[in-house]
Amino acid sequence: MSTLTTNYLAPTGREEAWRFTPLARVGGLLDASTAIESVASLRITNAQPQIKLTVKSAEDLPAISKSDDLATIRAREVISEVTHIEVAANAQLTEPLIMERSGLSGKPQASRTLISCGVNSHSTIILNNTGDAILADEIEFDLAPGSNLTFISLQEWSAKAVHLGRQHAVISKDATFNSIVITVGGSLVRLLPTVEYSGPGSSADLQGLYFATDGQHLEHRLHVNHNVPNAKSRVNYKGALAGDKAHTVWIGDVYIRANAEGTDTYELNRNLLLSDGARADSVPNLEIETGEIVGAGHASTTGRFDDEQLFYLSSRGISAEIARRLVIRGFFAEIVGKIKNEEIENRLMDRIDSELDKVEA
Amino acid sequence: MSTLDIKGLQVSVATEAGFTEILRGVDLTIKSGETHAIMGPNGSGKSTLAYSIAGHPKYTITGGTVTLDGADVLAMSVDQRARAGLFLAMQYPVEVPGVSVTNFLRTAATAIRGEAPKVRTWVGEVKEAMKALNMDTNFAERNVNEGFSGGEKKRHEILQLELLKPKFAILDETDSGLDVDALRIVSEGVNRVKGNSDLGIMLITHYTRILRYIKPDFVHVFAAGKIVEEGGPELADKLEEKGYAEYTTA
Repeated sequence: MSTLTTNYLAPTGREEAWRFTPLARVGGLLDASTAIESVASLRITNAQPQIKLTVKSAEDLPAISKSDDLATIRAREVISEVTHIEVAANAQLTEPLIMERSGLSGKPQASRTLISCGVNSHSTIILNNTGDAILADEIEFDLAPGSNLTFISLQEWSAKAVHLGRQHAVISKDATFNSIVITVGGSLVRLLPTVEYSGPGSSADLQGLYFATDGQHLEHRLHVNHNVPNAKSRVNYKGALAGDKAHTVWIGDVYIRANAEGTDTYELNRNLLLSDGARADSVPNLEIETGEIVGAGHASTTGRFDDEQLFYLSSRGISAEIARRLVIRGFFAEIVGKIKNEEIENRLMDRIDSELDKVEA
Repeated sequence: MSTLDIKGLQVSVATEAGFTEILRGVDLTIKSGETHAIMGPNGSGKSTLAYSIAGHPKYTITGGTVTLDGADVLAMSVDQRARAGLFLAMQYPVEVPGVSVTNFLRTAATAIRGEAPKVRTWVGEVKEAMKALNMDTNFAERNVNEGFSGGEKKRHEILQLELLKPKFAILDETDSGLDVDALRIVSEGVNRVKGNSDLGIMLITHYTRILRYIKPDFVHVFAAGKIVEEGGPELADKLEEKGYAEYTTA
């Protein structure tokens, strides 16, 4: 690793992409002089014959997409080994593949992964992120024609973890990418769920939820690049905030290029403020270069759990504590229910309850 | 037999100019099985009476008492009042995004009854009550009051009345914003609950229209924050004919 041969320039915080992020808390990940260790960080817990994991050298497995994200650029510079997960062509997985990422060093590390889904394969992959981390992370998805992948990432990091991540999908003809991003842990998490298309008839469904409590910074920057005709995208992110200096950022950039006729896109971000002193930034952005589309829309709402709602529920005998839980559980249930794994769903709801306990205590 | 007893109730609200007195000594006793219509012009304090009894934090009690079978209602939290047997059907029911009607009703019934209703009988109970109110079954999956029409909101209030089975119900302008058909359905719902229980009702309304469907035993005229005249159903006929002018120009 050399800092002399790089053109890398660390962000100053004035850039549009970094203006919300507390750069003092990124643990040196963006600093050209920090030693960052390359780590192959993903582990499969339930091996399946139709899925292969190999660790390859970065030269043998270059990135399949371009990125102007500085954390990604920095990570790519230091990465020496890449984890390659391959779902066999025509594989029809009945059980989700479960991957764990835990036991990281807590010192600056970088990880890169490529998940390749073979032609007409159908699979679900769940990634559990737990424990300490100062991690710059890139996961690319290469979806072959007709493939269908549901990728669920759970950010259940420790309270001091830092995670700068990119999850980028390249979706080819008639392929479907379903992403569910759940971020509840970590001190600073900044994720870029991004999508581009390489053939028509392709589809992306990006769902997410985040719950920030005291001092947590949880940032999700979505980018959907409609660069082919007749592709579809849906974005639905929901966030709740409670406690002092809880901060969430949601950016939803959707671009419909001039050649992207027949595009069908809708993005939605909803935030629920549960206490004073928390801040939710929400910036939807839709750029349209052709009018020949099926539909394009976006919406962003930030609301409070207010006294009138509390009064209404209380006037039906429901205690204030249960009322608050009812509202939050209800708010999140839409996204959590899409995970379709009872154990994880229960664990998440329990975690949300225990976060609320801490806020109320 | 239960008694809701309101004595000398005085209530103020905080405004920019300081506290404004709205209720100026309300006396009213309602017993189980009785229906009392509270009628009065807009701004007379009828809704303040309803919300004060339910415990809305906006209102400050400055004098008087409210007791339910001798228990001090004013000392109870909002949810305690509901569990003690009071129910307020609101004029403007509040939207609660993210909470489905099903989930809400079950949570409320659990709170009121002190234990979760048995799943099997509960589902049937809800379905039957919804059917009786002419509510579509998909209604249960919608979020509480979110995107409901005026009529749907009122039906949803009466659905709760049917399921939560309070001792006393305060119906705050339940007739407002309802067309004739919806008014009939909602009124039939109230009458059904009354027929199946010993419900005492405080029916707050501006118009006599709803009294064609829900027959009051007593009518109280409300003006400038207190009850100014009381009588039987015939008093409503007089109001229908002459309006509130004689009470507001005094």
